[in-house]
Amino acid sequence: MNYLDFEKPLAEIEGKAEELRALARGNTEMDVEAEAKALDKKAQDLLKDLYKSLTPWRKCQVARHPDRPHCRDYINALFTEYTPLAGDRNFADDHAVMGGLARFNDQPVVVIGHEKGNDTKSRIEHNFGMARPEGYRKAVRLMDMADRFGLPVITLVDTPGAYPGKGAEERGQSEAIARSTQKCLEIGVPLISVIIGEGGSGGAVAFATADQLAMLEHSIYSVISPEGCASILWKDAERMREAAEALRLTAQDLEKLGVCDRIIPEPMGGAQRDKAATIAAVGQAIDAMLRKHKDMDRKKLIAARRKKYLDLGAKGLAA
Amino acid sequence: MNWITNYVRPRINSIFSKRDMPENLWTKCDECGTMLFHRELSDNLNVCTNCDHHMVITPRERFNALFDGGIFTEVEVPKPIADPLQFRDQKRYPDRLKSAQKSTGETDAMLVAEGEMGRTPIVACAQDFSFMGGSMGMYVGNAIIAAAERAIKLKRPLILFSAAGGARMQEGILSLMQMPRTTVAVNLLKEANLPYIVVLTHPTTGGVTASYAMLGDVQIAEPNALICFAGPRVIEQTIREKLPEGFQRAEYLLDHGMLDRVTHRTALRDELVSILRMLMGMEPPIKGDLPAPDLTPASSKDVPETSETT
Ligand SMILES: [Zn+2]
Repeated sequence: MNYLDFEKPLAEIEGKAEELRALARGNTEMDVEAEAKALDKKAQDLLKDLYKSLTPWRKCQVARHPDRPHCRDYINALFTEYTPLAGDRNFADDHAVMGGLARFNDQPVVVIGHEKGNDTKSRIEHNFGMARPEGYRKAVRLMDMADRFGLPVITLVDTPGAYPGKGAEERGQSEAIARSTQKCLEIGVPLISVIIGEGGSGGAVAFATADQLAMLEHSIYSVISPEGCASILWKDAERMREAAEALRLTAQDLEKLGVCDRIIPEPMGGAQRDKAATIAAVGQAIDAMLRKHKDMDRKKLIAARRKKYLDLGAKGLAA
Repeated sequence: MNWITNYVRPRINSIFSKRDMPENLWTKCDECGTMLFHRELSDNLNVCTNCDHHMVITPRERFNALFDGGIFTEVEVPKPIADPLQFRDQKRYPDRLKSAQKSTGETDAMLVAEGEMGRTPIVACAQDFSFMGGSMGMYVGNAIIAAAERAIKLKRPLILFSAAGGARMQEGILSLMQMPRTTVAVNLLKEANLPYIVVLTHPTTGGVTASYAMLGDVQIAEPNALICFAGPRVIEQTIREKLPEGFQRAEYLLDHGMLDRVTHRTALRDELVSILRMLMGMEPPIKGDLPAPDLTPASSKDVPETSETT
């Protein structure tokens, strides 16, 4: 278990309980179970207390937790016959973006998502979920295919942002993101998006421009990282807590603003504490969202998606 | 020179250049250091007469030079709700807005207008870098949508001059949502088969570049304009190496196939007229002196035949 900094007191209690039980294993005379159970209870209460009302900055930390289920986990668990399709037909295959054909509840779909990786080797391979232009161009190609063959598109968003690299810029990072967002708005098939962790700026918009956008309870979606915002507006990256607060990047605030259409509850203590339950909840949400679009014709679908975005911003957050 | 410079421009300039009238009548070029007389500079559209450095030009100054006789009608932009997030950094967002409004005399960072350019009816919008870095928030999004809707209604092409540091952080997610919102506007133009020309000016970065500013039918940039998604400083920090000379400048993008053209500001108007008239299937532009334009605003004039749609 990787503990976040604000979970330190919890780590201490859980550590103590673990120590006690280890001691008892070495000495059968000792009866520690009652004491250990009391610690478990204390830990459980503390966990509830910590997660009851996470501050926006703590939500950012949870959203970025390395043990959260990632795109690959969702695809493996929720889809069958996943057939990855690679490449932008132009330059390369971007491993920060996974995508291909698959079945969701037996229905053929196109699934696309950012993959961050889960150890040093895979993180480097997936470039920490930061896509280059080829990733967005692959997505455009897959969305085109979905559109031609009438397959719904499901996107799983989890990225710190598009990759700020030299080659990425030279090969048209901006244009690639713009085209991907444009494609999201043009396809005549349902587009369902779930933010499973971090929705970082334009790199997320390129996939998250959808008929319906769901967010996991502790996921975030923001125009800029709190650290980036703090360093620009507060001239101090360490003021990220205040920036996170001001940016209104939590699923709860985004729902009030009409950006997020559905919040998917996470297990107590966050998705990282129960991957299977989280994945199942996301699966149910995708299923419910797809059902809503079952009988929509393509013209109506495109028009409704356009209207959704044109109408955004009518609601503010009252103080 | 034609009639525009001869007799209309001086009058218009005297009305509109208040905000840029320097205390002393000289401006120092920040590129080559030459002292430039303000009238000489504004006649050259804020391009240094010594080194061709393209300085900031406000939307109004640009429109004065772009539209025939400096005559244009502003297109109304629906006002968004103020300060939707109740955003506060070291200053309150409404205070930042107010001081930008005071110093520029504008409502927000985008001006939309309709009129004729070389006798070619157009709608144009220009982003104002001097207004909070041209940043894209709800108002800018509304402006682009209003411009596209107006262009479609009048069956005219849309020219957009971009200039922005990116999204307006003080509007949080709603600034980010201007990426899809403005893309809807571009798609509406596309569907109506109307040309959408983007002129990228210095600087155009971030979410602005990654949405409406990169989706033009024709992409033109002013010389040496910085055009990027991630800024050079962020990239240097990420890759820990020095970037090549001219990286992310207009000419560099042209070399890498990201632009159609890089065009000097003083040649831009003729080029836009020519391109648009070809795309719209109109007669070649008339060269030389023209009679003074009809001063009736387009809204009260005939809209091209066939029924109007919105
Ligand atoms: Zn100069």
